Amino acid sequence: MKYYIKNQLYGDFGDREGVKSSGTGMGGGFEDLTRDWPLWEVFIRSKQGLDHKHVGSLHAADAQMAIENARDVYTRRQEGVSIWVVESKYIHASNPDDAESLYDPANDKVYRHPTFYDLPDELKHM
Amino acid sequence: METTQMNQSQEQYFQGKIDEEIRIEPRDWMPEKYRQTLVRQISQHAHSEIVGMLPEGNWITRAPSLRRKATLIAKVQDEAGHGLYLYSAAETLGTSRAEMIDQLHSGKAKYSSIFNYPTLSWADIGAIGWLVDGAAIMNQVPLTRTSYGPYARAMVRVCKEESFHQRQGFEILLTLSRGTEAQRAMCQDAINRWWWPSVMMFGPSDDASPHTAQSMKWKIKRFTNDELRQKFVDVCAEQVKMLGMSLPDDNLKWNEEKGHYDFGTIDWQEFWNVVSGNGPCNRERLAARIKAHEEGAWVRDAAMAYAEKQRMKTERSVA
Repeated sequence: MKYYIKNQLYGDFGDREGVKSSGTGMGGGFEDLTRDWPLWEVFIRSKQGLDHKHVGSLHAADAQMAIENARDVYTRRQEGVSIWVVESKYIHASNPDDAESLYDPANDKVYRHPTFYDLPDELKHM
Repeated sequence: METTQMNQSQEQYFQGKIDEEIRIEPRDWMPEKYRQTLVRQISQHAHSEIVGMLPEGNWITRAPSLRRKATLIAKVQDEAGHGLYLYSAAETLGTSRAEMIDQLHSGKAKYSSIFNYPTLSWADIGAIGWLVDGAAIMNQVPLTRTSYGPYARAMVRVCKEESFHQRQGFEILLTLSRGTEAQRAMCQDAINRWWWPSVMMFGPSDDASPHTAQSMKWKIKRFTNDELRQKFVDVCAEQVKMLGMSLPDDNLKWNEEKGHYDFGTIDWQEFWNVVSGNGPCNRERLAARIKAHEEGAWVRDAAMAYAEKQRMKTERSVA
């Protein structure tokens, strides 16, 4: 069985916003632009006081339908009190290949953590 | 030459992450074969959830009480949800929904053979919940720790919901098993017909499953088919006692030495026959899917046209 894999740049649809008109390009291939409804990313707030959290994606013709579908697909058991949807093509993501240069510099700055500082045990409430 | 070397070091780095139990995420580099294996497995899994709605949907209108009807509807709706979680996980690998649906309809992609058996009586709904969902859970629980992040997360959600399915199935059988003689016979008959196909759900035995080793190395799979099958048999052989029923296997016997149940030989000819499209309901199931898809085309088009029109309206009013 052979699958036609177009691309792997998930979460980076912003890079191919122009694709629709040209029909080519190097964008992610999760929606077949001619046949699938647009893809939306779904974020759910599980209860008041907590952040919205990414839970998955779905296809819908417009934002209203995306919210309605998200309600049916992702909150059948009171998993949420609020839903955000955003069309996947508007998500921009960092590149995992850059992880080293982006996050490693933080590694040698342990002095940013409170445990770096050596204080006597008798010191209370700090 | 250079690219081969680069691929090799990337592959080593990739395997290193797997060995350290670091999950692979969509944008990470991965071997093409890993990607293909996942697309095949996840989409096949998604298709199974979707096609799996057909044999059960068959009994929604004939469920014996409002309570049974409501729970069956909820269960079938869950299966649709499971299909959607899984399709969306597969899409993160760069395949489109339309493509996956095409492959299901053309017969290129498979779905679990269990759904090619008919649901002849109400007891079948109980047997499916207990045995088919039971086997699925056995398969799915280890998949919550599979190496590909989106697949693992989808499986966490699926597993949470699946245990209600199994319990409602067992409850149906338990009720029948405490009923009249005819109800008890119906219960036993359903178990008899669903037992072996459920045992086959774990796939070919390990020595006939050439991809298992690679999938284990990549930690897509955590247990082999035979390991999971044995677990399933051990669990069911005990549970069936509570129903006062029996499993249709004369060779089923507790093996003290192994600490497991011994069981009879699987009819692999039947297994491969159903896989290759000749089960009792293969054609019917696929035809039902294709019909639903084709007859829904105008709805999909209309929704898109409406959305487009709304967009133009908004743009015009802004301008």
